[in-house]
Amino acid sequence: MNELVFFINNVLISGAVIGSIYALGAVGITLIFSILRFAHFAHADLMTLGAFFAFFLTALFPAIGPALGLPTAFVMLPLAMGLTALTAVYLDKAFYKPLRAQGVKPIVLVMASLGVTLMLQGLIRMFMGTSSRSLYIDDRKGIHRIDVPFELANRPIVITDPQILLILFLVVAVIALHLFLTRSKLGKAMRAMSDNPDLARVSGINTQKVVTVTWIIAGSLAAAAGTLLSLDVSLKPDLSFMLLLPIFAAAIVGGVGHPYGALAGGFVIGFAETLSVFNWAVLLRPFRDQLWFELPANLAFVPTEYKITVPFFILLAILVWRPTGLFKGKVL
Amino acid sequence: MHLLEAKNVHGGYGGMNILNGVDLAINADEIGVIVGPNGAGKSTLLKAIFGLLRVTEGSIELRGEPITNADPGELVLKKMAFVPQEKNIFPSLTVQENLEMGAYSRRDNYQHILEQVYHFFPPLADKRAQPAGELSGGQRQMVAMGRALMIEPSLILLDEPTAGLSPLYMADIFERIVTINAAGVGVLMVEQHAKQALKIAHKGFVLVAGQNRFTDTGMNLINNPEVAKAFLGG
Repeated sequence: MNELVFFINNVLISGAVIGSIYALGAVGITLIFSILRFAHFAHADLMTLGAFFAFFLTALFPAIGPALGLPTAFVMLPLAMGLTALTAVYLDKAFYKPLRAQGVKPIVLVMASLGVTLMLQGLIRMFMGTSSRSLYIDDRKGIHRIDVPFELANRPIVITDPQILLILFLVVAVIALHLFLTRSKLGKAMRAMSDNPDLARVSGINTQKVVTVTWIIAGSLAAAAGTLLSLDVSLKPDLSFMLLLPIFAAAIVGGVGHPYGALAGGFVIGFAETLSVFNWAVLLRPFRDQLWFELPANLAFVPTEYKITVPFFILLAILVWRPTGLFKGKVL
Repeated sequence: MHLLEAKNVHGGYGGMNILNGVDLAINADEIGVIVGPNGAGKSTLLKAIFGLLRVTEGSIELRGEPITNADPGELVLKKMAFVPQEKNIFPSLTVQENLEMGAYSRRDNYQHILEQVYHFFPPLADKRAQPAGELSGGQRQMVAMGRALMIEPSLILLDEPTAGLSPLYMADIFERIVTINAAGVGVLMVEQHAKQALKIAHKGFVLVAGQNRFTDTGMNLINNPEVAKAFLGG
């Protein structure tokens, strides 16, 4: 049983956690792509930036969390999301909008977003240094050990506060986004603009407003993902580097321009990562006497340090076999 | 005063001029039809009128008010609607959502207009919850026109409303255009099916190389042997 608990902890919980992070990032990328028609490379940096906003706010008001029984950084999350959304809107105004007004090709916008990536990374390092920090300042991470009610199991299932909050946040965010896109006038206008931008303009839809709302949603989701991930692990300035490839892979796997696809893509990538670095020898150990081969100590598909290659290979496989993604999005 | 009046309109894409001084005027209760050979600038003229293309010289007026190079969003507020030839629906949105997008600029309750549009295009009423992209060509054209009608336009611009439709649907669409016009909506449309379109036109404009070649009533143009020979296939 301990082996199964090990599997639950290392594959199911870890996969769901990292999958949720990728999903939140990928939804933003896919929304930006469907409205503005370019791959926003600086998206992972919005995630880092959001986490840094949360860090600053936590440092400013460290006592708020303990008073409410929640991690301070989580209490500060709505503010951090707001600040990141604002930053995203102004980044668009400063760097992307003038290019759009010139009617440049999408690749120029992609290049501009690479520039924004470098700029944001530089700014973050300039103000925060390169060391990693904990988002828990005056409080401590709550860790829940759930005992498994079986005789042979003496190891508990472990889940942390930020992980629970992350999954709850994702559920709420997805329901909210779904209702927004299908029920509200602005949400429908967003889908309309994604479908046919010229007709949206001809119909009298305020396209500038739709663009602004897109940045607000993408920016706040990015901030939430960055903050919740940093709460669970730690806040590093190179966070975005580790996230960039997986979130793009998730968006493409799901079918670009397809928000629910991005969500599924996030989990596909997340579970693929945890499944491929999982040491299968652990699960096989109870059956070692029945096996026809000598069980090695480590039997993972990919060594942990090469985890980042997993989304890369999934990305390649999808582009070769199903270029429109699992949910038939728009082709890039 | 004319509902729409364009004077000496020049314009095009990039540096290339496609319109070289077009004049056009229709009254509030009229159907105007623009015909002419391929590349004459018919669709370009509609786009220029609707602010989708830069007018470099000349002027356009709506009820005497200058609207040259106005923003399409502004023109929608002035009760002017445009139905493009291609890609004139939102394919992944339902029929109902397509119509709602037509009413995006409205602040009032437009439920009764929605019902009127369904009444006018009965096939759409049964499919209101279906994605518009799943409909047949003729029904898509109904969605496109229905979307434009949601603002209760006083002028509607139609770019080849019968393109790609079977003759049966074509007659149906022309009939509906006459009905829309009879309800007091000015219509300006571009048509490849010149003869059929001119039959319902109060005013016809034959465009060649971005300039007016003939301007007359629809019937007079059909009966003009010169026009018939060169532009209506004899």
